[in-house]
Amino acid sequence: MRSRKRTWGKTAIGLLLTGIMLFPVYWMVNVSFTRDQDMRKSPPDLFPLNGTLAGYRTVLDEQLPYLGTSLVIGLGTVVLTVALSAPAGYALAKLRPRGGGVLGFVLLAAQMIPGIIMAMGFYAIYLQLGLLQSVPGLIVADSTLAVPFAVLIFTAFMSGIPGELLQAAKTDGAGALRTFWSIVLPMSRNAVVTVSLFAFLWSWSDFVFASTLVNGGSYEPITLGIYHYIGNNNQEWNAIMATAVVASLPAAVILVLAQRYVAAGVTAGAVKD
Amino acid sequence: MSHTTQVPHRRPVPRKSGAAPTAPPPQRRRPSSQQWAAWAFLAPVTLYLALFYAYPLYRNIDLSLRNYTVRSFVQGDAPFTGLENYRIVFDDPTFAPALLHTVVFTAVCLVFQYAIGLALAVFFNQHFRLSATLRALFLVPWLLPLIVSASTWSWMLNSDSGIVNAALHAVGIGPVNWLTSPSWSLTSVIIANIWIGVPFNLVVLYSGLQSIPTSLYEAAALDGASAWQRFWRVTFPLLRPVSAITLLLGLVYTLKVFDIIWIMTKGGPAESSTTFATWSYQLGFGNLLPAFGPGAAVGNLLVVAALVFGLVYVRVQRKQALS
Repeated sequence: MRSRKRTWGKTAIGLLLTGIMLFPVYWMVNVSFTRDQDMRKSPPDLFPLNGTLAGYRTVLDEQLPYLGTSLVIGLGTVVLTVALSAPAGYALAKLRPRGGGVLGFVLLAAQMIPGIIMAMGFYAIYLQLGLLQSVPGLIVADSTLAVPFAVLIFTAFMSGIPGELLQAAKTDGAGALRTFWSIVLPMSRNAVVTVSLFAFLWSWSDFVFASTLVNGGSYEPITLGIYHYIGNNNQEWNAIMATAVVASLPAAVILVLAQRYVAAGVTAGAVKD
Repeated sequence: MSHTTQVPHRRPVPRKSGAAPTAPPPQRRRPSSQQWAAWAFLAPVTLYLALFYAYPLYRNIDLSLRNYTVRSFVQGDAPFTGLENYRIVFDDPTFAPALLHTVVFTAVCLVFQYAIGLALAVFFNQHFRLSATLRALFLVPWLLPLIVSASTWSWMLNSDSGIVNAALHAVGIGPVNWLTSPSWSLTSVIIANIWIGVPFNLVVLYSGLQSIPTSLYEAAALDGASAWQRFWRVTFPLLRPVSAITLLLGLVYTLKVFDIIWIMTKGGPAESSTTFATWSYQLGFGNLLPAFGPGAAVGNLLVVAALVFGLVYVRVQRKQALS
């Protein structure tokens, strides 16, 4: 009986700590429902008692194109990242390439390069190629956030596939490509999910590449949509926070549907700029 | 998934790369057809690394060694000036404050993220009701887009209408100009960045805690060790390898923090929250007349710092993998 009471005590402390940690998230939601005339109230309302959906109406009116662009860029980044890194992971895990260790090291080092440096280099190159303010250009740049991490995840995961299985396929006459496509890739579904989730989330959240490479273009992602709101000295904070809430939805969906993949990804060497 | 409980130093990939240079080539000759297949699978990513990592980096070095103007940037005929851009950067009055802010920002963020993350990891390691769910919720700040976190903090720290000043007012403390006063802006971005970094520390340290055998705690408890002693005599020493990895990775990632600072303060007011990352962006993109050369030079200094600590990280990780 006593120990039971103690676990509930810890749960209470845990709830309190989580509440403190997530307060900024609650505040974002609260402000997104606040009426314009209550925005400057002092002290501010702790609950959206006189809530309004005006902020969300503004999102629907003004931010849908940004959200669409972000969706396209996110999906493009996912496809590019998986297509590049799954074969590489297979080779590094199972085919023992000469020089594979060096490549692994380069991938590790690549994660350490600050995004702002990459952005400046991409800017110089895209300026010459005329790729500034283009969606494919931003997809390629965003994929650099995820590819090294993705190769590491795929390699780690595919190392766990039993060698006998691949040997058996080889005995049956399957080449390396066939083995990869029909055995390794289907067995690595979890790794594909993890990589896709992170690639999507990172490109959806990217601000550095967006602000340097597509700023002012006709297709801008949602991060720039929010940034322009703030930059214009906009006082409609309910609209800004409503956009922020909508921009957070992918993170929320991922957390609810795929929490175990997220924890796996963080632990396997989380990288975030 | 198989590596849910993995801690970083158990990652197979770096271990492999770590073993490769020291171990002699395998005795069995690898069939050359397999080598061809292997490199065929690696070709796309190798090409990709060359085009989209090595080349932008090279362009960045090139930028830092030439005297670029907007015109010569487009035409590509900027004169080679050697280390002139680096000299300009070192002599710039912004250099010393930017260096100081970068060091303070990184150090303070690391200490608090690690301490809070460790405390939470120890707390959640006790497995009470709902602990798994609550631990998952702690990931939220880490998953949110940085622009969302940064703009939310901006509004919370707003001088007139922010909830933080309202709360301070309630306990009798006068309003603080969090983002608009030079003496507080660095503190503000540090607070926001700690909030974002805690989840990473929590998750990695928590997985490290799980690999400490419970029998050790039971033995310590039998010997009459208090909870406090068990933490300092058992948990903390056994967690040292994971702590080293967490801190080093945190260091590399905190050095390059840009979004948060830029969105909240743009490095201001009066450069009071300028770090190397925001200074580099400011030089290259923040002004009407871009100074690409000096901007790239500042960026390259940042790359060198990140790579130095990155190499230390790889070394530590290798040593742990071998032992």
